[in-house]
Formats: sequence, C-alpha cells, structure tokens
Amino acid sequence: MTQSVLSLDDLAAGVPDGALLALPPDNSLPPSALVRALVRRGVRGLRLLGVPVSGMVTDLLIGAGCVASVQSSAVSLGEAGTAPRFTAALAAGSIEMIDATCPAIHTMLQAAEKGVPFMPLRGVLGSDLLAHRPDWRVIDNPFDHDDPILLLPALSPDVAAFHAVLADAHGNVWVGRRRELATLAHAAKRTLVTVERIVADSLLDDERMAPGTIAATYIEAIAVVEHGAWPIALLDEYEADSAHIAEYARLARSDAGFRAYLDSHVFARSAAAAE
Amino acid sequence: MIAPEKRGIITPEERLACVLARLILDPAAPPARHIAVGAASPIPAAACWLVRTLGHDVRLSLLHKRTGNPFTEGSRELFDLAGQGRIDLFFLGGGQIDGAGNINLIGTGEWPGRTTRFPGSFGSAFMYTVVPRTILFREEHSRRVLVPRVDHVSAAGSPQALVTGRCVFRFASRFTLASLHPGESATSVRDNTGFAYESPPEVPTTPEPSEQELQLLRGPVRVEMLETYPGFCRRVWGEN
Repeated sequence: MTQSVLSLDDLAAGVPDGALLALPPDNSLPPSALVRALVRRGVRGLRLLGVPVSGMVTDLLIGAGCVASVQSSAVSLGEAGTAPRFTAALAAGSIEMIDATCPAIHTMLQAAEKGVPFMPLRGVLGSDLLAHRPDWRVIDNPFDHDDPILLLPALSPDVAAFHAVLADAHGNVWVGRRRELATLAHAAKRTLVTVERIVADSLLDDERMAPGTIAATYIEAIAVVEHGAWPIALLDEYEADSAHIAEYARLARSDAGFRAYLDSHVFARSAAAAE
Repeated sequence: MIAPEKRGIITPEERLACVLARLILDPAAPPARHIAVGAASPIPAAACWLVRTLGHDVRLSLLHKRTGNPFTEGSRELFDLAGQGRIDLFFLGGGQIDGAGNINLIGTGEWPGRTTRFPGSFGSAFMYTVVPRTILFREEHSRRVLVPRVDHVSAAGSPQALVTGRCVFRFASRFTLASLHPGESATSVRDNTGFAYESPPEVPTTPEPSEQELQLLRGPVRVEMLETYPGFCRRVWGEN
C-alpha cells in the first residue's frame, strides 16, 4: 500500500478535535507548519503529549485555544526562555497539566510499541510526581525482595506528528538519529508527517539511510512542506531562526501581542500561502 | 581572540566553570568516567570540556550537541544508559532547592505551580536517583531559590555539591558551606540562603582559575562550545 501525499491542509484535517496528539520538542523535528495549519483550521480540545518535553508549537497551540491538556516532562522555549502562553494558561486554569519525567514518557511509548500493558522504570520514587499520577503504580519487584519499582501504563497517542527531511515515493520517512520518533510512530495509532522533499529511490534500499528510516508501515500520510520546521532548526538542513523565536517569546507575553503574532505569521494570507 | 577589554577580567562564568571542573575531578568522589550534560547548561558543559582539555580521559555526552552527538537511539538512550549505571555524573538545577537536596522544577503554590510555574521536571526524577554523582548548579543564589522546603519535589537525591553564584556547598545529609566566591562573605551567604546549613568558623575563598585554565577556557573550550551555545560564547568571550 502506498501512502497518501496530501496537501498541508488535508493533512491537518486528519487531526480530529480532542485527539491525543504527540509532538516532539524543538530539537527533534517539530511539525511547525502543520501546527500553524491546525491553528488556522481551528482545531479544539487537543490533548498534547510532549515526547518527552514540549516546545514552541505546544505554546502556539495553547495560546490559540486549541488545547485541553498537556502531558509533558517540561514546556519551554529553550534558550528563548519560558513558554509564555503555557504559563498564562496554567495561571488562568484553562488547561490541565499532567506532569511527567522524560524516561517515563519514553517507557510508556515503548510499552505501547511492544503491545504490552505496562513497563517498569527505575528511579522517580522520591518525587511528588507520583502523588499526581494515579495511573502510575509502585509495586514490589516480583523477582526480588525489598525492591519497590514503578510501573507505567502503555500510552498510544491517537496521532503522532512531526516534520522530517525526507520521504521516498513508498512513504518511508527518514528521521536520522532522532530514533524517539520511530518509537513514537510505532506506538501511535496514526502518524502524520510533513517532509522537506520526496526522493524517488527507496530509502530502505540504501544501507546507509535504512537505519534512520521509519518504514511506511507506520506512516498514514505525508505532506511536502519546504521549511516545515521553521522557525525551528531541522538537523543539518537549516538553523533555527533565533530572531523570530525571540520575537515570538516577546510578543507571546501578552494576549494582544500573541494575537498580533498569530495575525502576522499564522493567519495572514501570505503566511498561509507560503505553506 | 578574546576581546581586549575582557582579557584581564575573570568572568563569573569562567570562575564557575573552574569550580565545577574541580568538583568533577574531586579525588574523594567515585571516578567520573562518563559525564552527561543536559539542555541549556553552558557552564557545566564548559566545565566538562575544561576537564577534557586538561587531559583527563572522560567521556562526555552533551545532549544538545548536534554534530558528534553520541546518541543514535534517540532521546531515550541517555536514560537507558543511566539506568544501567553507565553515566557517572550529571548536573541538575532547580527553580527551588532545599536544605535536604530536593529540587523543584514544577513551580510554586498549588500543584502544578499555580503561583509561579517552572518548565517541568525534565528527566530529573529519574537521573537524580540512578546516577551515582549529581552536582547541583544554580547561578542565582537567593532566598527565592534556596528555600527551607521546596513547594514540590521534582526529584530527591543526595548531591555531591551545590554550586551557586556566591559559594560552594558540600552535601552529606545536609549542606555545609565549603568555599566563598571572591566578594562574598559568610554573612552575604547567610542573608541570601533560605535553608539551614553547617558553616565552619573559617570558610576558604573559592580559588581563582589558574592561567592554564583560563587559556583553555578561552581557547579550545570556547571552540567546542560555539556550535551548541553561540549566545553564551558571545556573552562571555565576546564576538569572534
């Protein structure tokens, strides 16, 4: 079966309101253009999952009123500082925050990837996170004595979305060493991907590319969007637009500034047409 | 080239990198053969590169370095390595740090930080307990940060030390003031610390970086840092 190559808007239409949507952070192929298309579409009630933390696109979706809850190990704009819309929404009580810790999110996805109901994880026992995660359980290691250990339930996102450099004509997608996206695609019910470009030759026929490739088995649909991670960096393809991110961080501190940002960079006809 | 007006001035960042480097090399601590450095940690990263350029055989895994990044199994690999005991030393900070060594990256006020929200716990809840040595590092040394009891515990553990912009504390069930950075006094630290700690009658001054350490920091360490922390390099070492 060959994957559909869709327009960006048609790809965005595949994310239903209320979906548990998994997104990578700013160092790991975030689907920035797809998120802008989701904002334009007016998606509502998303339950976001940071894999394993969250960055600018999460802040943008929250500010645009698209989000009901966020499960993540951290939400931040990295060197540009705190995530202003996330912080404002928490203060206003308009989103639910489900705090996690990075390896717990990886482990929950790995359990889903394996099709097992739960997996254990070391550590975490002294953390207040446990008191706020009724879905996490501590048991006694059944193979040993006096060894409490944390069990984490499998987590299968409704939709995973990210922006990769390459796909091939068969729908295989290359993510390089960002292998957490392979685990994510394995664990998610549906995976939607934007790419910079589509190459003719199969990525799986190339011994050098195949280990960094997610097989089409796991990919539902693809859209080609050049500079689809902008303003975030994309591997060695392009660097972050730090000035733009700093401008976002400044504007998003106020409701009015955030609205102005959306008008200029998300809703403006020129912004939409560029994607 | 170091900007001429900065040539003779030791910056706080350089001093802190040297302090951290000496703690990494502490002969009394278990050896640090493999050190991992998390996101947004330029000063710990500089300390690690300094240790390397001083000639010590230390494996460094910098999470956010793009070229030469050792992780090929994605962002879970660091935690898998740590869970196996293959990481000897890690650095953590905190929006709040208390006298028991707990750190809070969640926020203040009602859960999940309704008064002031911090970014979140990242991997701390795991790393602090599974990695044998943790050095806590936070430049801001104030009663806002160093509190009697954190509002929420992101992670609990037993750090080797806590390094701030004012001093070094060592830890053994509670903190003990170990050295004062130049310009600080027992009183200035007391006035700005919210938790109780041991303070010996005589507290040494934190040694200044040596000429060799400064040359390494401003030369090969700066070169290693440029890709990952361009803003930091510009701020500390000027335009290059």
